[in-house]
Amino acid sequence: MTAAPISTPSPVPRIVPAGDRTLLIEFADRIDADTNAQVLALAHKLRSALRKTRGLSSVVPAYRSLAVGFDPLLIGHGAVRDLIARSLDACAGAPMPVPRRWEVPVCYGGDHGMDLQALADLHQLAPAQLIARHTAPVYRVYMVGFLPGFAYLGGLDPLLHTPRRAMPRAHTPAGSVNIGGQQTAIASVPGPSGWHLIGRTPWRSFDLRHAQPFLFEAGDEVAFTPIDADAFEHLAAQQDDPASRPQPQREVRP
Amino acid sequence: MNARLRVEAPGMLTTVQDLGRAGYEHMGVPPSGAMDPGALRLANALVGNTPNAAALEFTLLGGRLTVLDADCAIAFAGTATLHIAATGALPARALTPWQSHRLPAGATLTIGPLERGVRGYLAVGGGIAVTPVLGSASTLTRARLGGLDGRALARGDVLGTGDSRSRFPRRWLAARDTGWFYRDEPVGIVLGPQQDHFAPAEIERFLGATYCLAPQSDRMGLRLEGPAIAHAKGADIITDPIAAGSIQIPGAGQPLIAMNDRQTTGGYPKIATVISADLPRLAQMRPGQRVRFEPLEPAQAVQRWRDYLDWIRDREAALRADPNFPIFPLLFP
Repeated sequence: MTAAPISTPSPVPRIVPAGDRTLLIEFADRIDADTNAQVLALAHKLRSALRKTRGLSSVVPAYRSLAVGFDPLLIGHGAVRDLIARSLDACAGAPMPVPRRWEVPVCYGGDHGMDLQALADLHQLAPAQLIARHTAPVYRVYMVGFLPGFAYLGGLDPLLHTPRRAMPRAHTPAGSVNIGGQQTAIASVPGPSGWHLIGRTPWRSFDLRHAQPFLFEAGDEVAFTPIDADAFEHLAAQQDDPASRPQPQREVRP
Repeated sequence: MNARLRVEAPGMLTTVQDLGRAGYEHMGVPPSGAMDPGALRLANALVGNTPNAAALEFTLLGGRLTVLDADCAIAFAGTATLHIAATGALPARALTPWQSHRLPAGATLTIGPLERGVRGYLAVGGGIAVTPVLGSASTLTRARLGGLDGRALARGDVLGTGDSRSRFPRRWLAARDTGWFYRDEPVGIVLGPQQDHFAPAEIERFLGATYCLAPQSDRMGLRLEGPAIAHAKGADIITDPIAAGSIQIPGAGQPLIAMNDRQTTGGYPKIATVISADLPRLAQMRPGQRVRFEPLEPAQAVQRWRDYLDWIRDREAALRADPNFPIFPLLFP
């Protein structure tokens, strides 16, 4: 990760077609907080346009780029480009809403984080030191993608950056807290994964019992709180009751 | 009482699909939906359903289903032999695909292997009744979402159908139209969004190549085998959104085309994107079939999409205007 020199102004993002019904907006070619903040600011503006603009169908933010989907028979490529340009102008200097903050309980190591010890050994840390480094930052949800509700977090301690496993695991549980490359993530559904599994949250970040099934959104802040296996069981059992859904510690101010 | 369908033989991969789940890609949920939406729409029009009604998508192999409780209007959009087994007073009988039929309660319908294409659609009067998830009946097996418990059909499953208002239209698609779904022409693409990750000579190689559709292809993506495309700046990019039809070039250089159940984001450079009008046709290409690409400007691609929709809508309108509707008094006229 390279930080931009402070004096460099934000370059104009590149807008390129991805087929006949998607425009891709690419910001700087790096994973960092500033670039992602630009992506999310534009996503925020375009999301409000989505509700008012006929033919606009999706706004999908990622680390450093954003895809805008549309029906080209209802709105042309030129009109969408104009809308993006206007939204970019409107972003300049506009304050972003204060993000939601989630305090996510995680049971590290043991059965819930089978790679913790190996990862600690690799980085020549005690498991407790690794946990301390993983729980220290306030992370930002840079994007939700790959699978329903899967949250990619930015802000991992560079000391914990770890190449992915040579052999992906065929099965990892929902709620896995993982490290892969320079990223850490909260998995939402069970599935195969090549990331290192260091812990698990009892929270369900994709829960179809709720009208809004997704817990995390791009832009949210996430902090991890270590819990023991008993607390995990207790909280997991609580989650069986749809009424006890996790709440953010800080809500978005309107 | 609405008819129900009991699955006697599920086939290779049979799922409930409608026209897909829009609006959740930013939450990691791909659209899913029928891989050949035009075929689904015409199957629905044949039985008098709305275009988005849920139907069964069969893959390569057909299957066998028994109608329970009430008569049921059906139509199969796909090129396969269909027949009804002899039961009780009912003689065995062959049925024509691309045409509506009234099946009496108790009838067992066998759909043979697809003779052309990869995917066939069985529409039933009133649609397949499943609880919509995030606004759609479509199945996403990878996330166990939608359809019947988020999975492919299994032997013994019983599916409900919606209210068909006891309409049994008698409709058929003109024989000259059925081949249209399997046109063997170059597949239109728009270059990009990451063609600058490939040297001009590599883009030329890609555009001039004939690829072969690999058998590992599925609803998530189609794998091609043929000339490997070399990257100019390595095979990894920072994970970014994946549009329908994105042609990703992973490390080994063999193209991978993102389809309906794609992951919403990914980290391989995308040399080009298949145009909307040609995605259904691509979804009908069989393993081993040859694929060539034709580069287009976005404006040309949009025109082809308009032509595609016009073709489907014209036939839908013709089917719905059928003056015979809604008479279908005999079981097997």
